Amino acid sequence: MPASLQDWMRELTPDQANFAEPWEARVFALTVSLAESGRLVWNEFRDLLIAEIVIADAAERAGNPHPTYYECWLAAFEKLLAAKGMTDEAEVSQRAEIIAANPPARTRAVSSGPVKIV
Amino acid sequence: MSTKDHDHNAPESGPALRVKALEALLVEKGVVQPAVLDALIDSYEHKIGPRNGARVVARAWVDAAYKKRLLTDAAAAIAELGFPPGPQGEYMMVLENTPRVHNMVVCTLCSCYPWSVLGLPPVWYKSTPYRSRAVSDPRGVLKEFGLELGAEVEVRVWDSSAEMRYMVLPMRPPGTDHLGEQELASIVTRDAMIGTAIVKYPPDKGSSVGAPAR
Repeated sequence: MPASLQDWMRELTPDQANFAEPWEARVFALTVSLAESGRLVWNEFRDLLIAEIVIADAAERAGNPHPTYYECWLAAFEKLLAAKGMTDEAEVSQRAEIIAANPPARTRAVSSGPVKIV
Repeated sequence: MSTKDHDHNAPESGPALRVKALEALLVEKGVVQPAVLDALIDSYEHKIGPRNGARVVARAWVDAAYKKRLLTDAAAAIAELGFPPGPQGEYMMVLENTPRVHNMVVCTLCSCYPWSVLGLPPVWYKSTPYRSRAVSDPRGVLKEFGLELGAEVEVRVWDSSAEMRYMVLPMRPPGTDHLGEQELASIVTRDAMIGTAIVKYPPDKGSSVGAPAR
């Protein structure tokens, strides 16, 4: 059952924050920063965002799983970067794999044996 | 799908991982700087928000000449109060509510919104039901927001675009003659500046500008 306006109005992001997840804030900032420095044209980003939203809207109306607003944003942003030759899907995926394979150092020391033998 | 797990030892996945990779690459290529990104996020989380718009509204309520400038050249009048235009350099237009005309703003295609005076849009503004029903059934939408207007009031719905952003100048509620400009700004809600609410005095509980009604 597609969400009603009331459902959406109830879905406040935590603490009335603008971003539900930290990554949403980061991708927002990346896009705005590139637009402000003139490396991206906002209208070009907007056109791609609209295209993603059209697809998401259709899925939502059909009662199917659908991307969130910022997932649409991310998809549009990646497409625009690829179109501008600033990066491409393969490069991003490759870097994502490296990051996933190298998580930040654990905060607890992992013991691999006695620290002292007397 | 998104995880609320704040265990920093947990591996990233999905969009979070993708964005990390994007940021790393774009920083390495020298096209973005982490400090600039941090400052942008900080701005939109803590500095740029509906309080800005509320100050514009309050000024227009107390200063007739300012109101005239605001309705003629919104960006210039807004800049007078120290709020520069948004990052996309879009045009701004302020829509005056009157006893006969109630204005309501939407972006039917995505989420275009007057960032410089209202900050980032609420989740419901970006939602499919709002984007479609604001145009097809505005009075129905207003009713869901708890606002019922008489038949003699014309409801005008304005569709925002990348080039044109709108802010509603709500009517000053009666019984506020004794309030100073700052107090007036404190009763103006975000939703009243989008057009899904009116300004009430005394304000509804929990509907101050600092805490949006929804």
